[in-house]
Amino acid sequence: MPDARITVPAAVPRGNPFEVRILIRHPMETGYRMDEGGKAIARNVVRSFACRYNGDTVFSARLSSGIAANPYLRFFVTARESGQLTIEWLDDGGVRGSESVAVSVA
Amino acid sequence: MLRTLVGAIAVCAAATISSAQERPLPLSALRSGSTFVGANVRAMQSDDAANPGLLWVESGEKLWNAPAGKADRSCASCHGNAAASMRGVATHYPRYDATSGKLFDLEARINDCQVRRQQTSASQRESDDLLALSAYVGYQSRGLPLAVVIDSATRTAFERGRAFYYRRHGQMNLSCAHCHEQNWGRRLLNESISQGHGNAFPAYRLEWQNLGSLQRRIRACLFGVRAAMPPAGSPELTETELFLAWRAEGLPLETPGVRR
Repeated sequence: MPDARITVPAAVPRGNPFEVRILIRHPMETGYRMDEGGKAIARNVVRSFACRYNGDTVFSARLSSGIAANPYLRFFVTARESGQLTIEWLDDGGVRGSESVAVSVA
Repeated sequence: MLRTLVGAIAVCAAATISSAQERPLPLSALRSGSTFVGANVRAMQSDDAANPGLLWVESGEKLWNAPAGKADRSCASCHGNAAASMRGVATHYPRYDATSGKLFDLEARINDCQVRRQQTSASQRESDDLLALSAYVGYQSRGLPLAVVIDSATRTAFERGRAFYYRRHGQMNLSCAHCHEQNWGRRLLNESISQGHGNAFPAYRLEWQNLGSLQRRIRACLFGVRAAMPPAGSPELTETELFLAWRAEGLPLETPGVRR
């Protein structure tokens, strides 16, 4: 079951940048490892990541095998009104995950 | 001359015996593993937004409230709100289970509940579900001091755990004490040797890129000294956990800790 944690401030001042912190649960299998039988383990990393605010993309990233398991992302966005912050990701296995959190602008 | 020498040997032997009854690491000298890992890892542990262990705590909360098994009962059906009912519980584990007459660590206790109360199959050791539940239960005691009970029911297991700790293991012929009592604070290649306390477990180890139990950590140490590893859940490991918990008595629980 794909899951993630999103941390945003409890209240955000209008028009000021605020910090978004993301933890995604994912093994980030590099594709360079062998299993106990000596067979290569297929690469499976989070390939793409996007963060939308009320439907508009505000941040996106392409991730690669150089990133540790359970990737941690931290970035800033600015909000003019309260809304829903949604993250979506897609891994090499084709598994999509998403999570969202409400942001209240004061 | 010979007499004084014999006398000196007798005094030495007496000192060894009496120190074996005492704590080799005085309670005032205890240092949590988090003081050996460096500032970056410490910061990662203390920040809930960055500590990956919280992913397991969160899924543990979902499992806690999810009905399972033939009984169709969740943990919450019996124990209610974990924040109240599980507060302090993890600090007393491993503990004696009167029903089975065995020593249970937290994972064994959860498995026992799954089998007897929920009437489902026991979770595999080191499975995501079991780690999530033990991390969630441990999390409710975060900051509370370790306090296991050593009494007539647990004394034998405790002594076996102590013996395991001081026994030499594997091709390297090392006991746990050789590193964690005689050489803590020094370097082993580029790692600091800690005092070897279990107060952060289940912990997220950067080396594992995963959450893991204290038993996994002990097995990893045994692997490191090229010793035979008792299987996960075996009495030897649980007894060693009990000795470790007594040895670390009073250290605050840090579950889910972050370690290198």
